Amino acid sequence: MRPSPRSRAGSPAVETQDLRREFRRRRSDPVVAVDSVTLSIAPGEAVGFLGPNGAGKSTTIKMLTGILVPTAGHVRVCGLEPVRRRRELARRIGVVFGQRSHLWWDLPLVESFELLRAVHRVPAAVFADRLERHVELLDMAGFLRTPVRQLSLGQRMRGEVTAALLHDPELVVLDEPTIGLDLASKERLRGFLAGVNAERGVTLLLTTHDLPDVERLCRRLVVIDQGRVLVDGDLDTLRRRFGGARQLVVELVEPSAALDGLPGVLAVTVEAGGLRQRLAFSPSQTTAATLIADVARRVAVRDLTVTEPSIEDLVRTLYAS
Amino acid sequence: MAERPGLEAYCRLLGGAVRSQLAYPASFGLQLVGQALAQGVDLLAILVLFGRVAAMGGFSRDEVLLIYGLASVGFGLADLAVGQLDQLPDLIRSGQLDAMLLRPLSVLGQLCAADLALRRLGRVVAGAVTLGYALLAVEITWTPARVALVIVSPLSAAVILGAIWVAAASVCFWVVDGRELANSVTYGSNEFTSYPITIFSDWVRRLLAFIVPGAFVAYYPVLGLLGKPDPLGLPAVLRWCAPLAAVTAATLVWRTGLRRYVGTGS
Repeated sequence: MRPSPRSRAGSPAVETQDLRREFRRRRSDPVVAVDSVTLSIAPGEAVGFLGPNGAGKSTTIKMLTGILVPTAGHVRVCGLEPVRRRRELARRIGVVFGQRSHLWWDLPLVESFELLRAVHRVPAAVFADRLERHVELLDMAGFLRTPVRQLSLGQRMRGEVTAALLHDPELVVLDEPTIGLDLASKERLRGFLAGVNAERGVTLLLTTHDLPDVERLCRRLVVIDQGRVLVDGDLDTLRRRFGGARQLVVELVEPSAALDGLPGVLAVTVEAGGLRQRLAFSPSQTTAATLIADVARRVAVRDLTVTEPSIEDLVRTLYAS
Repeated sequence: MAERPGLEAYCRLLGGAVRSQLAYPASFGLQLVGQALAQGVDLLAILVLFGRVAAMGGFSRDEVLLIYGLASVGFGLADLAVGQLDQLPDLIRSGQLDAMLLRPLSVLGQLCAADLALRRLGRVVAGAVTLGYALLAVEITWTPARVALVIVSPLSAAVILGAIWVAAASVCFWVVDGRELANSVTYGSNEFTSYPITIFSDWVRRLLAFIVPGAFVAYYPVLGLLGKPDPLGLPAVLRWCAPLAAVTAATLVWRTGLRRYVGTGS
């Protein structure tokens, strides 16, 4: 008998201890992709898993989902050892890869769902109910009968996410789910995933380069670099500590020397011979409105934009600290 | 213990694969005809050959056609079931194999169900026609055992060839692009199994009988049908064990390969 989903709510959704993975190479030293990752994710959490390319995110995810054997260390997902209990685990987790499809390319979208229903042995009535809810929430009615190869990326991603959720997994791992999507599609997907996490209590583990994904979905951030956990903590705390800097970009009417000395400004970058200047400022010390007024008092401004700190900036600040 | 998923899932996957192919009907039709034609050319070669010689390795033209037909049906059926394994390098590269690992099913089962290459039916049909003709043309003293042999042989041939292919495709887990090697085994096996092994040199005969069980695909069943003695003098029980041994060995090689893939992630 398989315990029903949620019945192991006591054990962590993900638990790793000194997880390590090396890749052997011919006639040279092995590459350490994941050095030592220790992580514990409770059921119902939503965790952003970040790091630069090559930091070991994908390798870690492969070890969590049973695609790759760890070289050393301990790993349990939903209380199971992933590779040894691969099939059992597959019934209890869902995986979305932004750049790979789990759908049947030449078949209408809905037929992929039907096939996955059979694969996961979801009772027909339960399945119909779930599918209907997904179709409604993700607005898929218009392209349910379209072959997957003819779908736009945004439509296909809604299909991929549905495919990963139809068997009602306890944990969903999403690898760059919003990559390549337009703003509206990203927002729809984020809203949906937030609901899945909040209302159905599904644990989310999400890798992304898109800070708004994390802001919208994750209360917790895990940053890895060179195969090690660099930072693990609450997103708000991390931003207050490390990544507070927003940026005011001003286009000037005439070139000017660097606009130094304004209150709350942390750094100034001069571009285009003084015609464009980037002022990094801390929101806790000044507001965008005050700063704009300060700048306008000193020089004539032609145009301006305020940018949020990108995930790369935050991560870069984290490395520097 | 993981649950054993019912056959239903695999059957559904097969159905999906078939519907996928029918999404391109013209291409499907052409390939079907192409496969049958390719088989026809091979057949022509045998007929031309026998225009010049009266016997080949102690077998008459129609007896060779019997071997050839049986091997063709077996080859076609095996191709139908596991032929798509030659796409393994692509599946590894594109990450589709990872997607299969994320489903609660056997990977080999999914691969077989992922593409029932119906176009290969052309080969099965061409082989069956040859086999049918040869069975009528040669002299067989029919006994119940021989009737059973005729029915079982094409399936047994398919199982042995399928097993050889699974083992050959597993090479791709070790060699990143092992496709050429795998293909030489799969398509090479078509050539080797289509003729009496007596036409090959001594070491090839033994290789076919013992290492790669190609001789059991068509040659030994036809010996049984015709009541001819075995030039290698093997005990008859071996003939029945061949498919089982082949499947066991192939499963072992496949599992080891897949474990290596999961171990290296290459």
